[in-house]
Amino acid sequence: MSSVKHPMPEQPAHERRRNFSEVELGYDEATAQAEAARCLQCKTAPCRQGCPVEINIPAFIKHIREGSYLEAIEEIKTKNNLPAVCGRVCPQEDQCEKLCVLAKKGQPVGIGRLERFAADFARNRPPRKTAPPSDEPAGKVAVIGGGPAGLTVAGDLARLGYKVTIFEALHAPGGVLMYGIPEFRLPKDIVRTEIEELKQMGVDIVVNAIIGKTFTIDELLQEEGYDAVFIGTGAGLPHFMDIPGENLNGVYSANEFLTRVNLMKAYRFPQSGTPVHIGRRVAVVGAGNVAMDAARTSLRLGADTVYIVYRRSEEEMPARQEELEHAKEEGVEFRLLTNPVGILGNEQGWVKGLECIRMELGEPDASGRRKPVPVPNSNFILDVDTVIMAIGQGPNPLVQQTTPGLAVDKRGNIIADESGKTSKEGVFAGGDIVTGAATVILAMGAGKKAAASIHEYIQNKRKRDRN
Amino acid sequence: MYIIKEKRELSQGVKLFVMDAPLIAKKCRPGQFVILRIDEDGERIPLTIADFDRKAGTITLIFQEVGNTTRQLGMLNVGDSLLDLAGPLGTATEIEKFGTVICVGGGIGVAPLYPIARAYKEAGNTVISIIGARNSALLILEQEMAAVSDELIITTDDGSKGRKGLVIDPLQEILVQKTVDRVMAIGPVIMMKSVAKVTRPHNVHTLVSLNPIMVDGTGMCGGCRVSVGNKNKFACVDGPEFDAHLVDFDGLMARQRMYHDYERGSKRCGGDCACHQ
Repeated sequence: MSSVKHPMPEQPAHERRRNFSEVELGYDEATAQAEAARCLQCKTAPCRQGCPVEINIPAFIKHIREGSYLEAIEEIKTKNNLPAVCGRVCPQEDQCEKLCVLAKKGQPVGIGRLERFAADFARNRPPRKTAPPSDEPAGKVAVIGGGPAGLTVAGDLARLGYKVTIFEALHAPGGVLMYGIPEFRLPKDIVRTEIEELKQMGVDIVVNAIIGKTFTIDELLQEEGYDAVFIGTGAGLPHFMDIPGENLNGVYSANEFLTRVNLMKAYRFPQSGTPVHIGRRVAVVGAGNVAMDAARTSLRLGADTVYIVYRRSEEEMPARQEELEHAKEEGVEFRLLTNPVGILGNEQGWVKGLECIRMELGEPDASGRRKPVPVPNSNFILDVDTVIMAIGQGPNPLVQQTTPGLAVDKRGNIIADESGKTSKEGVFAGGDIVTGAATVILAMGAGKKAAASIHEYIQNKRKRDRN
Repeated sequence: MYIIKEKRELSQGVKLFVMDAPLIAKKCRPGQFVILRIDEDGERIPLTIADFDRKAGTITLIFQEVGNTTRQLGMLNVGDSLLDLAGPLGTATEIEKFGTVICVGGGIGVAPLYPIARAYKEAGNTVISIIGARNSALLILEQEMAAVSDELIITTDDGSKGRKGLVIDPLQEILVQKTVDRVMAIGPVIMMKSVAKVTRPHNVHTLVSLNPIMVDGTGMCGGCRVSVGNKNKFACVDGPEFDAHLVDFDGLMARQRMYHDYERGSKRCGGDCACHQ
């Protein structure tokens, strides 16, 4: 048996760096079966410990090996409503695959690739039979925010017989899956299909509904008859560095840049009404997955040179290895141990350069990573005309500001326990709004726990009310 | 779907829609705005709410046809609908009895000013309004403003109506003559900058309502950031109203020009991207 994963076919780097089609092309049946055959089907299944949504991994892989692909997807969907999404964007190398027994001596089973295969195979097939909504719903739940956490809560509770309504502030549900992650990594049709399945399960989605403005949480609970509310509003407030020149034209937050391109389809301007400005030379500040997305999107919009500017070294980069490698293959240039100190503008107010200082690594800091310290008198100017800040996001404050009795920490994140309970009765929260910016799958894991705890809360309340 | 119940042309290129939007009408307060999108390919644009009728479940939007989206919007008629209308967004105007309040509106800025002036009046303030335009044909909401003001002064650049000159001319005179407790100014950035300059020596608390470029309108993109007192603020969630004496108007003006070349159609997306293949 091979000690390495079957490679996933992908578009060649020189082609894909200029188009928005998906980079990775997925396994065919033969490859999927061969990869599935690598799974030892161990009884202990350590991989399952690594899955935030507790998928029975060996079971679905066994179905694939036997060619029962629809059974495979059924198995996954008992735990995960968004398998085509997760198969693409989960950091499996830090989760299920990290714990795979094969990883001790070689490469783990390509669990993510197999999940993706099963999900893609099942796409556009007749939807599985869902239980018809019972006459008497188990309860009524409002979900605030249609991102990964909220979609998971909605799916799990709908399956338990609840009437769920998702309130989404933007014009399309999906959250970061729609506005943040680019088409070439996660085609939007796939997101729409998975959300469509939730609707078929009876979940209502109300778009353009800004909770805190159009409705408040208290109104939902007291006037609109919801038994419980889940808040999954995410990390939506972009950080800037607070350096001179950040308001020059040609400076974007990664959120704005990616929203224009992904949600608003600016790459099709002028057919789509939203423009995006892209210069010839782009600096993306930061080295997480969002930074890689912004850099690779810049190339696809036609930039000649794209830099990742990062104050630490490659070892400390928070991006997934896979994203980093894809970015390198496509020609993104890395300026490591480099920190911006100011953005220079021309007389018309446009970016004409990024002043940086070189850094070196000192003692470990609170995060355990070696702290970057500036090298005196090492300033230099990077010749760029566009700067994209991808240094993280804070919590969106709209819900917290208008919900009395909801405790938040000093950063503005909602305080919730393991099960998603907040300080306010009937109000649960999970995902980035609680933890700060993290990953799609961690938000989904939090959503899963919250759904279980909402179920328990409502059923207990019903029991109490009856007695 | 959000249906257009009524359409009027207020002046050349300035149109008024009454929109069916019961949820927004129920909640909105003076000073707040909405984000709209006409169709699937449309961009999201912010428009300040010019009026609302809670009973009828409608809001009034007034816009000037200055860009691709507002031109397309102007071609819609009664019975047509918008795909998306989200709101109310932004922080509402602080309404209290302050004493004497001057409301200054320039051009299309009179539209969002009107419900604010009315609210000041209803709160018991003495409201002096100064509204201006390039010429008489471009003046809007004259009667409405007169109805909610103790005194209405009109200025036009060419003298075709009211006083010839700028809105800051009568403002200057009033500030010298009497005690003014608050000034609210809405209009072109250059006008708001001038108002700030005129009121600063008189130490009158002055507010301006900003309309920078926005995408989501909920704090997510940061495109609407503006420097206020040397700190960056997001107009969509921290504003749209700010202390006029602290706003970096020059920076705001530069940012508003960011997509001018795209609006004129002279600039495309780089040339090598997906839309050119």
